Amino acid sequence: MALVLNEEQLMLKDAAAGFLQEKASVAALRALRDSRDEAGYSKELWQEMADMGWAGIAIPEAYGGLDYGYIGLGIVLEQMGRNLSVSPLQSSVLVAATAIALGGSEAQKQALLPAIASGETIVTLALQEGPHHAPHKTAATAIADGDGYVISGRKVMVADAHVADKLIVVARTAGEPGDAEGLGLFLVDREATGVSTERVIMVDSRNSGTVTLDSVQVSADQVLGSLDTGSALLQQVLDIANIGLSAELLGLCLESFERTMEYLKDRKQFGAAIGTFQGLQHRAAEMYADLELAKSVVIRSLQAIDAGDDNLSLLASACKAKVSQVAARVSNEAIQMHGGIGMTDEFDIGFFIKRARVAQQTFGDHSYHLDRYATLSAF
Amino acid sequence: MSELEQFRLETREWLEANCPAAMRVPEAGDDDQYWGGRNPEMSHPDQKVWSDRMGEKGWTTPEWPAEYGGGGLDKDEVKVLRQEMSRIGARTPLHSFGISMLGPALLLYGTEAQKQEHIPKIVRGEIRWCQGYSEPGAGSDLASLQTRAEDQGDHYLVNGSKVWTSYADKADWIFCLTRTDNTGTKHEGISFLLFDMASEGVTTKPILLISGYSPFCETFFDDVKVPKANLMGEEGKGWTIAKYLLTHERAMISGFGHSSGKKTLSQNAVELIGMDAGGKLDDPVLRQNLAQLELDAMVFGHTMSRVTDEAKAGQGLGEAASIFKYYGTELNKRRFELMLSVYGEQGLAWEGDAYDNGKLPRAWLRTKANSIEGGTSEIQLNIIAKRVLGLPS
Ligand SMILES: Cc1cc2nc3c(=O)[nH]c(=O)nc-3n(C[C@H](O)[C@H](O)[C@H](O)COP(=O)(O)OP(=O)(O)OC[C@H]3O[C@@H](n4cnc5c(N)ncnc54)[C@H](O)[C@@H]3O)c2cc1C
Repeated sequence: MALVLNEEQLMLKDAAAGFLQEKASVAALRALRDSRDEAGYSKELWQEMADMGWAGIAIPEAYGGLDYGYIGLGIVLEQMGRNLSVSPLQSSVLVAATAIALGGSEAQKQALLPAIASGETIVTLALQEGPHHAPHKTAATAIADGDGYVISGRKVMVADAHVADKLIVVARTAGEPGDAEGLGLFLVDREATGVSTERVIMVDSRNSGTVTLDSVQVSADQVLGSLDTGSALLQQVLDIANIGLSAELLGLCLESFERTMEYLKDRKQFGAAIGTFQGLQHRAAEMYADLELAKSVVIRSLQAIDAGDDNLSLLASACKAKVSQVAARVSNEAIQMHGGIGMTDEFDIGFFIKRARVAQQTFGDHSYHLDRYATLSAF
Repeated sequence: MSELEQFRLETREWLEANCPAAMRVPEAGDDDQYWGGRNPEMSHPDQKVWSDRMGEKGWTTPEWPAEYGGGGLDKDEVKVLRQEMSRIGARTPLHSFGISMLGPALLLYGTEAQKQEHIPKIVRGEIRWCQGYSEPGAGSDLASLQTRAEDQGDHYLVNGSKVWTSYADKADWIFCLTRTDNTGTKHEGISFLLFDMASEGVTTKPILLISGYSPFCETFFDDVKVPKANLMGEEGKGWTIAKYLLTHERAMISGFGHSSGKKTLSQNAVELIGMDAGGKLDDPVLRQNLAQLELDAMVFGHTMSRVTDEAKAGQGLGEAASIFKYYGTELNKRRFELMLSVYGEQGLAWEGDAYDNGKLPRAWLRTKANSIEGGTSEIQLNIIAKRVLGLPS
């Protein structure tokens, strides 16, 4: 498939850019942060986005979505990255809806996908337990009990935990922490007995949270898909999630790079624009090359999700590894090339490096995915 | 059946009948490349047979117009031809600066007579060309070149010297940048001349490289007479042509970064180094570097495709192509450094049949030139910074 956007996709990109610049820009993020908003995102804005179809953009029409595919979702995510827009699009749509669409039973899909697409329900994945992304180390357990299961464990870094209606909890049904297999995905109400959540505000001013599960009873129909395929389903969901996060990171990188290039043309020292200095020019040119590579791997990976490519895992790890590496470089240089003003809270460039680091780490950073890429390539 | 499918069948049949078996095994080294010319050098007689047959059909330059001997194929047909050639492992029939550099410029800027004269001979590999750009005092700052061409009525009298002229001692003709006027800025007054290396007053002196090979020369011009008809484009306007030709040269050089072997470097590493108990390459640092290289190579490949696709779709300005020369050559240098790490100290043997007579270290050393020839990496970064990013001078 040609590595370009078609007419319809280009229109979506322009529309998303226009809407987000107006309503969900860096200024909006700053306002949310400074007002210490209870929800951590604007519910009205999220409803507007859902009304435009974004919350169902990759969800099939049969379940109330727009069916634009992941390329459509990626386009919106990239623009959200550019504007640092805050919403549950990542947690509920990119990750949770994907898990339900890929793994859910017909009844689960009917019950949840239209509700996610309309913006009415927020679902989030409760996976991580330690400092790093390491799904195989999952220690939370789901123990068979009559027709159902009893889940216990502690989850950290759960995006939007305190505002979610439902959690998709990853728990071990077999094996030991360290085994890649033996994981199950369970749909759990956030308000179910035994579930408690605590909000954690991250460096990027976004919602994360800790979820404690204390002998939470779930019925058999709350298992997402089947237990035998839980680990494989999780990998598939994470591959897609990492590609989506890469699209967001790409937008963030492009925006901070462009802002930095403008600054190099404006700021004068030694009687000349600082952009005349070759020491800065070459670093800028190298970043440009990196960004062109990042663009290519993102569009290729998004298309691969929609095409159902069978080497998606390899591509997803290449994508997240490359884009994380580029994001680290570009966000660091953005601060350095702005000099002192780049360090001030009043100036916006600092917001980009903060979001970059969180998105890089979520579901595995450069080192994690470089290692996985090598493993998948059999060395 | 579509016309394209028909073309594929015919092409397959023709290649099957005309590509000699010896030309279906990969080139083992530079010696196996066929460059044609008046006195062609060969490691196997079928090299000329294969090149001549392809040249006759115009398929050494499949996309060039048929009226000058080219293949006259459209983009899709060219793609089919390449696919069918790679299906049987057919070698590139003819390596040529005439094809990769001069031809495109000739087609755009040459007179009708020049095209009629030179293009068919390039297509058929009858004349081997070399590039007379760099001078001892004009490398990165190419426009400061001093080789003089004086107007003598019906001819120019050329005096001066060039350096780093690849294969000057083997080439039949040269495309040469000369100065016809000293009065304007350095970019003005440059003229693009074509002349026979057998002309009186042309001498060459090979230069030995760190790889132990001598692929290029110093080239001296002492009162060389060049007929006026051999001026390409307008007198004093050669810089535009020179730059256009450089874009083709850079495109060729950026392609060096593609790996050609059947096995990936990481697969070779697994064989030579082995795995640890956890099933990972038993050298964690090398493993990391290899993963980064192979990942970057894959993403670079996607980038070349994307930029081509964007051009076809009429999107973007093709600016991203400016990174190809820089990134592709740096990637290739990185690949060869890692090859040394993978093959270990034994890989550095310089002589002896058991060690391929130093094929690896020689090839590794050769890659160091990738980021120098055709405009250095630093110059490519200058170009990106100024022309693409619009940073001020
Ligand atoms: C294998 C090989 C084949 C070649 N074949 C040919 C050929 O067939 N015909 C031909 O005409 N030429 C040929 N060349 C010459 C080649 O084009 C030049 O070597 C090249 O343009 C660099 O010029 P230079 O060697 O004079 O280096 P210099 O220009 O002296 O550069 C030295 C160093 O200074 C840096 N530098 C220079 N200017 C700047 C700047 N403005 N900003 C930052 N850094 C700068 C360079 O990047 C480089 O690192 C060949 C070279 C090689 C290595």
